Amino acid sequence: MENIIEFNNVSCSYEDVDGNKTPAVQGIDLRIKKGDYIAVLGHNGSGKSTFAKLCNAILLPDENMGTVIVNGINTVNDEQIFEIRQNVGMVFQNPDNQIVATIVEDDVAFGPENIGIEPSEIRRRVDDALTKVGMYEYRMSEPHKLSGGQKQRVAIAGIIAMQPNCIIFDESTSMLDPKGRQEVLSTIDYLNQELGITVVLITHYMDEAVRAKEIVVMNNGEVILKGTPREIFSNVEKLKLIGLDVPQVTEIAFELNKHGFNFSEGILTIDDFIREFKI
Amino acid sequence: MLKDITLGQYYPVKSVIHRIDPRVKILLLIIYLVTIFMADNFISLGFIMLTILFTVFLSKVPFKVILKSIKAIIFIVIFTSLINIFFNSSGNVLIEFGIIKITDSGIATAIFVAIRVFMFVVISSLLTYTTTPTNLTDAIEKLLSPLKVIRVDVHSVAMMMTIALRFIPTLIEEVDKITNAQKARGADMESGGIGKRIKSVIPILIPLFISSFRSASDLAFAMECRCYTGGHGRTRMRQLRMTRTDIYAAIFMFVVIACMIVLNHFASFAKI
Ligand SMILES: Nc1ncnc2c1ncn2[C@@H]1O[C@H](COP(=O)(O)OP(=O)(O)OP(=O)(O)O)[C@@H](O)[C@H]1O
Ligand SMILES: [Mg+2]
Repeated sequence: MENIIEFNNVSCSYEDVDGNKTPAVQGIDLRIKKGDYIAVLGHNGSGKSTFAKLCNAILLPDENMGTVIVNGINTVNDEQIFEIRQNVGMVFQNPDNQIVATIVEDDVAFGPENIGIEPSEIRRRVDDALTKVGMYEYRMSEPHKLSGGQKQRVAIAGIIAMQPNCIIFDESTSMLDPKGRQEVLSTIDYLNQELGITVVLITHYMDEAVRAKEIVVMNNGEVILKGTPREIFSNVEKLKLIGLDVPQVTEIAFELNKHGFNFSEGILTIDDFIREFKI
Repeated sequence: MLKDITLGQYYPVKSVIHRIDPRVKILLLIIYLVTIFMADNFISLGFIMLTILFTVFLSKVPFKVILKSIKAIIFIVIFTSLINIFFNSSGNVLIEFGIIKITDSGIATAIFVAIRVFMFVVISSLLTYTTTPTNLTDAIEKLLSPLKVIRVDVHSVAMMMTIALRFIPTLIEEVDKITNAQKARGADMESGGIGKRIKSVIPILIPLFISSFRSASDLAFAMECRCYTGGHGRTRMRQLRMTRTDIYAAIFMFVVIACMIVLNHFASFAKI
């Protein structure tokens, strides 16, 4: 399968006022295939957002410090920046700060309008995107009258209307209540499973990360672990060492194993736990 | 309670006035305001008042709603009227005490000016009652587009208006949140003299400023991610289209102006 995003040994640093450069991410080597569902874990300041910004050419790798290829295009290519950003959409943390227009459907239309799509085609895409996130009946509402989860779904619709191949969610559920979180997460699952959109889910919640096919763990700007959720959460001690949690069941199984139980490593769901417990 | 505020004051019903193209509506409003100014006697003014009442009737916006916008300016109108009554010394003196003379023409002028201002407000507010903020900003962008020749960035101005409208409710919510947070820390906002009260606003204002800058930079970033680069090469989903209604509206306006001119000419005896 084709790679939608390709990181080749990428480093990227921010320059502070004195001109000193501190790398926010370094030596990242990563391939994301079309249709993947990837979760990115890491504590605050580990470089997750920087990684996300590298994916759609908001940030560029430091000179001679690797390349980022999006759908075959190197992100340093200035002329194709529209194509890159249309291909890789991004949904952020605060739903209020990413909605531009005073009416839901106008906001969804914002992206397609920017890339110069025909009005009738925009209309079609907007209706389609709103239906997919289940917000069609709210198309004429004012954004500030919606709940957090609904606002976030409008933001997602705004990205879908650009028909991207990949959507990056940068802690998009962290400001929502449990109900809103659930709404957004099931929308994300739907995008990945039914529409085949590649999903990169940056999160602090372990139970969210478990939904992904693959997890990437970052620490101090580097990718330190990569694998299926089961593989990742087998490393309970290593994760604890860098200040990350593991899902609650995984931890219980891990602690029980210390006392002579024999659960297999990296148990992720309560169902698995119960099954093994009975045996 | 804060969730109830609406943007602008759009009154969502279906009417001919709602259907008029917003660009046409803005232009007609300007012409209407000029026409109101042209009326120089009570008969013309009465005529204009009738046409405005008719327009309000067509718009299906209830009078109760319109009265709200009149209430907002009633003090200004009373104040200007009083000035007119006390300081207009032409005409026959009715009452006199000290330096103040109240004359018949003074009272007439006061009433005339008051009616004029009320009509101004009614017809202007009708524009915002019958046009959505989105349509309004779109229309302003279109109408100002000739200014592009002298390098005014019309698109950015319209975008700023949209974003301002979009963020008013968000900012109000933010103020509410910060106020509660400060109260929870023991800030006293309700007592004390003016000076103390003004001071108590500062702990609200500063966090509000900081959070707005943050929101602004987040929003700019999100817009960039959605391929925004300004107005160049941008299309719009909503296309403004003129219809037959606009022609009728223009004809109506034309008739009003014509009647005005005739009335001004023949009713010069009632001149103010
Ligand atoms: N605009 C900036 N200027 C300078 N340094 C920055 C900037 N943004 C981030 N950094 C630094 O880069 C590092 C990585 O930041 P990044 O935002 O990528 O972390 P993160 O994993 O997204 O954290 P969080 O979980 O808090 O969102 C941090 O040390 C941070 O201080
Ligand atoms: Mg971040």
